[in-house]
Amino acid sequence: MAERIEVSRRNFLKIGAALGGGLLVGIDAAACGRKDIAPVNNAGQQGIFAPNAWIRIGVDDSITLLVGSSEMGQGVMTAIPMLLAEELDADWAKVRAEFAPAHASYTNPIIGRQHTGGSTSVRGFWQPLREAGAATRELLIQAAAQRWNVKTAECSTEPSVVIHNASGRRLRYGELVEQAAKLAVPETAFLKEPKQFRLLGTSVPRLDTPAKLNGTAVFGQDVKVPGMLIAVVARCAVFGGKLKSVDASAAKQIKGVRHVVEIDAGVAVVADHFWAAQRGRDALKLEWNEGAAATLDSAQIRAALVAAVDSGKSARNDGDVNQAWQNAAKKIEAVYEVPYLAHACMEPMNCTAHVRKDRCEVWVPTQGQATAQHQIGRHTGLKPEAIQVHTTFLGGGFGRRSEYDFVVEAVQISKQLGVPIKVIWTREDDMQHDVYRPATYNRMTAAIDQQGTLSAWQHRIAGPSIFARVYPTGIKDGLDVTSLENAQNIPYAIPNVAVSYALVNAGVPVGFWRSVGASQNVFVTECFFDEAARAAGKDPLALRRELLKAHPRHRAVLELAAQKAGWGTPLPAGRARGIAVAESFASFVAQVAEVSIEHGVPRVHRVVCAVDCGMVVNPNIVAAQMESGIIFGLTAALKGEITLAKGRVQQSNFNDYPLLRIDEAPRIEVHIVSSTDPPGGVGEPGVPPIAPAVANALYALTGTPVRKLPIRI
Amino acid sequence: MLTLNVNGKSHEVDADADMPLLWALRDLLGLTGTKFGCGIAQCGVCTVLVDGVPLRACVTPVSALAGKKITTIEGLSADSSHPVQQAWLAEEVPQCGFCQSGQILTAAALLAKTPQPTDADIDQAMAPVLCRCGTYPRIRLAIQRAAKIVKESRHG
Repeated sequence: MAERIEVSRRNFLKIGAALGGGLLVGIDAAACGRKDIAPVNNAGQQGIFAPNAWIRIGVDDSITLLVGSSEMGQGVMTAIPMLLAEELDADWAKVRAEFAPAHASYTNPIIGRQHTGGSTSVRGFWQPLREAGAATRELLIQAAAQRWNVKTAECSTEPSVVIHNASGRRLRYGELVEQAAKLAVPETAFLKEPKQFRLLGTSVPRLDTPAKLNGTAVFGQDVKVPGMLIAVVARCAVFGGKLKSVDASAAKQIKGVRHVVEIDAGVAVVADHFWAAQRGRDALKLEWNEGAAATLDSAQIRAALVAAVDSGKSARNDGDVNQAWQNAAKKIEAVYEVPYLAHACMEPMNCTAHVRKDRCEVWVPTQGQATAQHQIGRHTGLKPEAIQVHTTFLGGGFGRRSEYDFVVEAVQISKQLGVPIKVIWTREDDMQHDVYRPATYNRMTAAIDQQGTLSAWQHRIAGPSIFARVYPTGIKDGLDVTSLENAQNIPYAIPNVAVSYALVNAGVPVGFWRSVGASQNVFVTECFFDEAARAAGKDPLALRRELLKAHPRHRAVLELAAQKAGWGTPLPAGRARGIAVAESFASFVAQVAEVSIEHGVPRVHRVVCAVDCGMVVNPNIVAAQMESGIIFGLTAALKGEITLAKGRVQQSNFNDYPLLRIDEAPRIEVHIVSSTDPPGGVGEPGVPPIAPAVANALYALTGTPVRKLPIRI
Repeated sequence: MLTLNVNGKSHEVDADADMPLLWALRDLLGLTGTKFGCGIAQCGVCTVLVDGVPLRACVTPVSALAGKKITTIEGLSADSSHPVQQAWLAEEVPQCGFCQSGQILTAAALLAKTPQPTDADIDQAMAPVLCRCGTYPRIRLAIQRAAKIVKESRHG
């Protein structure tokens, strides 16, 4: 994450509707041509048609589609092939997906490098990959037309077959491979109209499911390389601490331990297997220079946020909040707080690296192939073309695998020892050396005027900044947009709005955590909104609808969720509903939670979710991601909290950082709004509304607002 | 040398008596379908069946397994045809997939003991296995579906 490349949007040339009912488009040679084929797999192999970085068609009709995005559960290994296969008019039964290598061809157009994050894969690749599929289909049609000596306009396709319309002659794609490979990439090709889609908008089965049912899916943890040794690393428990001394004599006595080496992160114990490496690490005698953070604790951090909150930089200032405050009939004030959170991917961090003099290979569950390659170059002096990055399945990502700390560790150890090294983090390593979702302190005020209108809204945020660590030049005028999303741009029509941000570097590394700023700001704003609604004497849904007149997509998901949940209808005694809505990652999600309190603990019985994510690639995957976001967000709402004492993270494993279990999971219903808008993200937008929906239900139930996460009754 | 019976085969392993089964499976026998998630029997992704009972491989020393039959995900069926695997495919349960070996084996043990489980049976049996992706609603559906498959195969 050291550099950020400016996003360059490709010129997309619409030539207009044309024959066949499709849309004739200009083809971007860089994306769809042969000039920049990734040097991988079977490209250039006999009998394989490899027209671009993504598509391989074999003489046996097999279609292999390369996926440059990381599969961490969100379904990208199916969605990306669907984009290609739709316009290629491929027979889905013949399609298989493979992970692509690190290569510039797979640059995400929104992010500007090969990276999976920000719910951008479908949004970014929607146009170029459909073009790549369409251009390839065009070549197959040209090849068939040549064979038959007819015009291309006389031909059409059915899945994986070219047809001569008049004569009914047919050629399978596999039969056209060698001829198509000799043709130049066309300058134009036809894109389908949505009504012609065979795959997009349907729930075709995920391509990765079979391998995830029988143990054959290879995660980073499962990588096997001949001659590989396993490493476990001892790191300083205090952030920024450095090694003072190490006595490895006892560790080296343990059967199976081969080496003990120092790296930037600490001391690596390298062994034949994990068990020996871990026991070896336990036997190290270590002394650390703990540094300035050695006295840090949660109370100090909170005090720093409290001290800073009123002196933030202005991010938005509409109208005159102070004037409205003075003229208010009713005034409300509240403090909202959210804690640091760990990512807690089920698969702890790991990486396998083999560094040689002239090249390096890594096998890694990463969200950031380009960043990994860049960092390996920094640590080995090798050029990108000498660095192969093999992406494995990711056992969860959630932003944690955007980082590269685990890659550098494996590379540094392998560089010293000259053999392949698999670094495996324990759960404790993973929990205590994370980059955490920022803790924030929020001071909220709102005014209701004489007419009962919500006339002023002020939101002061104090918190650490993600950009300060990963992208300092992205901070403009002291503002980090990731800390302000969904606060600065609250959608409600309120005449006077002020939002400010005080950047506090608290000494705890912070990072991107599924849905980022939205994950916490939506809790703060949607809960305080319910406090304002109560002060104005209005139903929370009614006031949202009233103040969202200019936001029809927000309103539509709200109304759909409310209707399906039976908003306003009676519930059993002791239960209440809460509602919340948010736009994030170009999608709109509203959720209604039905909640009670059992044995002093909130119990979420049912969640109704409405989502408008624009045009839908695969409805079943969209529904799965909403379910996923809700469960993930419930862990944050009900359980998650990272605290510090003496510079150390106090939580270490799932016994003290619990995750939601199945017996705590609500029934979930997902309703998808039909839309012709461009696709929005789906991996993250399910997360933000759930915490406020649950908190608002508890507020309705008890009359006491919930202003702090995790929720404690 | 110790002998482990895994998926119907005997394996000689060169492991200290206190080595957890998890690492014998993964690093000595190359059976990586069983995952490492926490090391303290809190997450359940390392679940294997020992004489049909779900057990956390991360805290079970190999010395405790003499003469016992161990089933890992690789041995549940030869062709993913176990009713639980069929149901998991039909309901598209996995997301990232990392916990699914533990989920599937735990579900298989539940159905072997309780062929027609109630919702409460399912929640109780499956609670030891965490899923960070939140596949719980689909796990419930898939277990009900697997129960139907079992029932139909018995009556058919």
